[in-house]
Amino acid sequence: MDSAVAADLMQICGADNVITDPQQLRTYECDGLTAHRCSPGVVVLPQSAEQIAAIVRVCAARHIPFVARGSGTGLSGGALPRADGVLIVTSKMRIIIAIDAASRRAIVEPGVTNLSVSKAAEPYGLFYAPDPSSQVVCSVGGNVAENSGGAHCLKHGFTVHHVAGLEIVTPDGEITWLGDGTGAAPGYDLVGAFTGSEGTLGIVTKIVVRLTPIPEAVTTLLAAFTTMGAGGAAVSSIIGSGILPAAIEMMDALAIEAAEAAVQCRYPEGAAAVLIVELDGPAADVAAQTDAVREICTTTGAYEIRAAQDAAERAAIWTGRKSAFAAVGRISPAYIVQDGVVPRTALPTVLDRISELSAETGIRVANVFHAGDGNLHPLVLFDDRVPGEQEAAEKVSGMILDLCIEHGGSITGEHGVGVDKSRYMPRMFGADDLDTMQLLRCAFDPAGLCNPGKVFPTPRLCGEVPGVRHAPHPLVASGLIDQF
Amino acid sequence: MGTGTSGSAAETIPADLANACADVALAGEADAIGGCQARFVAAPASTSEAAALLSSAAALGLTIVPRGSGSRQHWGAAPTRCDLIVDTRRLDRVLEHAAGDLVVSAQAGVRLNDLADVLALAGQRLALDATDAGDVDNGTGTVGGLIATSAAGPLRYRYGSPRDLLIGITVVRADGTIAKSGGKVVKNVAGYDLGKLFAGSYGTLGLVTEATFRLHPKPESATWIAVETTDPKAAADVTRVMADAPLAPSAIELDWPSAAEPIAVSVLLEGDQASVDGRTERMISLLTAAHAGVEPVAGPVRVGRVPVDIRGRPDATMIRVAFWAGQLTTVLGIIRASAAEHRVDPAISGSAGAGVLDVVAENDAAPGAKAGFITTLRAGLAGLSAVGGVVPSVASAVVVCAPPVVRDAVDLWGPVPSPRLMRSVKDQFDPEHRLAPGRFAGGI
Repeated sequence: MDSAVAADLMQICGADNVITDPQQLRTYECDGLTAHRCSPGVVVLPQSAEQIAAIVRVCAARHIPFVARGSGTGLSGGALPRADGVLIVTSKMRIIIAIDAASRRAIVEPGVTNLSVSKAAEPYGLFYAPDPSSQVVCSVGGNVAENSGGAHCLKHGFTVHHVAGLEIVTPDGEITWLGDGTGAAPGYDLVGAFTGSEGTLGIVTKIVVRLTPIPEAVTTLLAAFTTMGAGGAAVSSIIGSGILPAAIEMMDALAIEAAEAAVQCRYPEGAAAVLIVELDGPAADVAAQTDAVREICTTTGAYEIRAAQDAAERAAIWTGRKSAFAAVGRISPAYIVQDGVVPRTALPTVLDRISELSAETGIRVANVFHAGDGNLHPLVLFDDRVPGEQEAAEKVSGMILDLCIEHGGSITGEHGVGVDKSRYMPRMFGADDLDTMQLLRCAFDPAGLCNPGKVFPTPRLCGEVPGVRHAPHPLVASGLIDQF
Repeated sequence: MGTGTSGSAAETIPADLANACADVALAGEADAIGGCQARFVAAPASTSEAAALLSSAAALGLTIVPRGSGSRQHWGAAPTRCDLIVDTRRLDRVLEHAAGDLVVSAQAGVRLNDLADVLALAGQRLALDATDAGDVDNGTGTVGGLIATSAAGPLRYRYGSPRDLLIGITVVRADGTIAKSGGKVVKNVAGYDLGKLFAGSYGTLGLVTEATFRLHPKPESATWIAVETTDPKAAADVTRVMADAPLAPSAIELDWPSAAEPIAVSVLLEGDQASVDGRTERMISLLTAAHAGVEPVAGPVRVGRVPVDIRGRPDATMIRVAFWAGQLTTVLGIIRASAAEHRVDPAISGSAGAGVLDVVAENDAAPGAKAGFITTLRAGLAGLSAVGGVVPSVASAVVVCAPPVVRDAVDLWGPVPSPRLMRSVKDQFDPEHRLAPGRFAGGI
């Protein structure tokens, strides 16, 4: 990378906030998906929107690609740097600017961690609902880029449901606001379109998030079943009864085995499936629903049901589930975390097919998933020291995505497409669908410099737009109004 | 319609249009949108027929305005040109109701009433009570119109607007290209979510032909609890008590028919009977404890509700004011003061909890007075700021519908955030500006 670029960036952010040392650059070579690595050309750590805008203008003028990164916890390589580009890291922008309890809004900088928003809102009886499992470290800016979910999005929704306004730096270096914090701003819903665009439409510099009243009561139930089918039947029955739990999570025997080995979560012995059901809301409702869920689980064959009465017991139940991804490291030298979605009613069929796939290929698959919304996280286990096993595992992992598509689902429920799944996009969407999505990209980033190579397998050439160009509004032309 | 009784005497249907779509007719007098007379009306029955239609319309350089039942056709600015109305009435099929997945897919022309009937068979609903949002269509509006206008009623407080429940969309672009985004599962982050972009786009980006929504169980029981007061500050305090109570309200509405009348603030509790009864009792005691002397009234209907026949008149001037909910007292003050200055006495109603109010100016007010009111109101709202002081604009007043004399005097949409990006989006999706030209914000 041209050293003049680093010099420009130092002018903007100070030498202390620009990294050019190859050893230090390697710290940023991947995000949470370590399979894809690339040392960035240069790393810069800005401290304000104005600095980011200036950095982006340098990139635009020199036609250098740039990638934004929050805490680097993403699981699809969305923040994978470019060797010929600038990595803009927002981790020094960590100010919670304000909380408006009466409006149930917080205004935060992009580097603020997800959990710290809830901590700051707690004194007002409010919390920030989206809770990705990395919430202790992941940043709100990254959550906006990925439209992050979390275990509780079944009831409370995703990031896009909790963002009401965004200040962004456009890919040509302009600072602008999308939305106005009301959630009902006039014009196109660019807040909605931007959220989940995986850093390809610009860089978020301030976020107005919605805050939600902390539920009066929370109950967490753990139910153990002797078959996955019985656990699945319980899930269908709970949803069918009209109850909307905050979360319904499921783990199979292999995932339980891994969790026991790693954190001794002491789930009921002999379980082929455990279900974690969390209910929140008004106290009387939670009590009634807890009884109803217990009864459903018993009817569908649960042989042991535990209920957490307090935060400590709740944490104990969640320990196994939350540690599951890392825990499979105890039972396998290497593994792939997959993220796919199927309609909830297709879960039994798809899970059966996954175990058949596993039997056919000899590749073990541990299943951990958000059962309430059909979001599967199969952990495909392999031994990277055995020649050919990684390829076999990747093949199984890809076949699972095909299963999801075949059943009308999605290739990603919450981890994003990033670099990891862009090649699968044509399996889920046609060429015209992808072309149409990229019209949005062209509207924001015609030069294609903002996080290029992500989401879409082939970039669209934006070209010059024919036809009418930016004709002024008649009222502007006539001098009656001046806002446009 | 389509009898060819008006328009140019020499008008004939171009052969290419007739070949593309089985149902094309010359436009009649009724086929005018905001005073803009159409030349042709076509009603495709499938996405592919709509694509063929739009493709041939593109070749002919025709401007296009989509139309559902027409119940909200008077919303938004009038199009500057309208050669072809694409009527969705034949796109009338509910494609799939996956009750076990709480998801429904429907064509754009399906009436919301009909959809609700299908969903009710499984005890489910689309939690968007747009029929209560200030129009008189009684549910005759369509799925496509709901999305295009982003209509939402009291349930907006809990469930949001169409963009929040829309999980998949199929559209036909200006050039006839068919595109879809999202899918049939609620949790899905694959690709850009074009549904968000199309929700509230008033037909300016493409024709919506199919949509998939997330559903919710239809509650067994519903109770409104209302408090009346003459003091806007007290109304705001009541709103806050309702919102802060851990009782999971579905809606928090405010009704203030005129300056001289009291303000009613009402909270909606939904669920099974025992739950609603229990929460109603608790809500009443919370309200009574917080405001000595108030007497909450509970019942199945909203007390003091501004009648639909005031809010939904086709010739009404309805202004949608959106703001940060914590500024309710100030916003009510700005609305009433602006109105008084121009001798207008509007009815105010809407989601106090969500910060979206519909302001309906009475019909007999002088036309200039209404335009003046809108201008003063916008100036007042522009003076608001939110905590932190970093958000440049924190409130808006959009004229949703108005008679021609008001339309001619004010910009219906007012200022929008990031107008440059919005124009850029329009230029990409509709480079020739043939889709509902002039209907949207910023002259789009």
